[in-house]
Amino acid sequence: MKSGAIVIAILVVATMFGLVSKSNRGRFRVKKNFHPILSRAEIGADLGSVATVLQFSSAFCAPCRATRQILENLTPQFPGIAHIEIDAESHLELVRRLKVHQTPTTLFLDANGQEIGRAVGAPKKSQLVAVLEKLHGAAHVH
Amino acid sequence: MAQPTFIDARGPRFSAAITTIVLIVALLTRSTLLTIWQLLVFAISAFYSMPNSPYGFVYRRVIAPYLNKRKNFSGQVPTEDSRPPRFAQQMGFGFVLLATVGALSHTWLLFTVATAACIFAAFLNSAFNYCLGCAIYLQGIRIFR
Repeated sequence: MKSGAIVIAILVVATMFGLVSKSNRGRFRVKKNFHPILSRAEIGADLGSVATVLQFSSAFCAPCRATRQILENLTPQFPGIAHIEIDAESHLELVRRLKVHQTPTTLFLDANGQEIGRAVGAPKKSQLVAVLEKLHGAAHVH
Repeated sequence: MAQPTFIDARGPRFSAAITTIVLIVALLTRSTLLTIWQLLVFAISAFYSMPNSPYGFVYRRVIAPYLNKRKNFSGQVPTEDSRPPRFAQQMGFGFVLLATVGALSHTWLLFTVATAACIFAAFLNSAFNYCLGCAIYLQGIRIFR
């Protein structure tokens, strides 16, 4: 049956798409060729002395709230790492320049404000702990 | 721009599950009637009110009370801005409108392609909580504003 095959094909392709996007959600990715440097003026808040976690959110986005809660609880445990939340809709210039395509997108900046990597979509707590420990550890080595 | 209204964020996912089933049956049986039914449902949710669409109504009356009684319920209904999912409903309406035109004119290629596109998005929403229309809406805001 032709339409039966079409239905199966749609479901298979959609499942693959869904699984890929799910596994990419919230995963920390190191920036390879695009390293924007952000200043205090652009962000509107002080950068952390060790690193900055810059979260782009939009109003009423539920995963953004969850990410904020995790980060607000976590970052105080890492001295020198600041958590800054930015409303994407009121910072569209920045959103375009940084190529933020969805909320939440969480950028990880070094002490100079240069992006090291980012997580697109809501990260799990364990994923954030791993990144923060890495940022914190890296700062102590230097 | 209109003030955002909030809806139970779990509602659209339930509606998408029903939509997936309805459209799969419609595609398999080439049912004009089912396609028109889905068009009417989308018309209500896209242009009037999502919670008052037939599937939204069932969700509010039957599914939400059940979900809120479950042991792992946090006590807080997750809400979301209704604009992105509403845009997704409008996209769904557009595709099912094409499917309806295809069915009524016996242009089965148009019917099949439009219905298939809609099943893809509805299935993705119901199975993975990934709202394709919402993602497109947010991209649109980013580009056009």
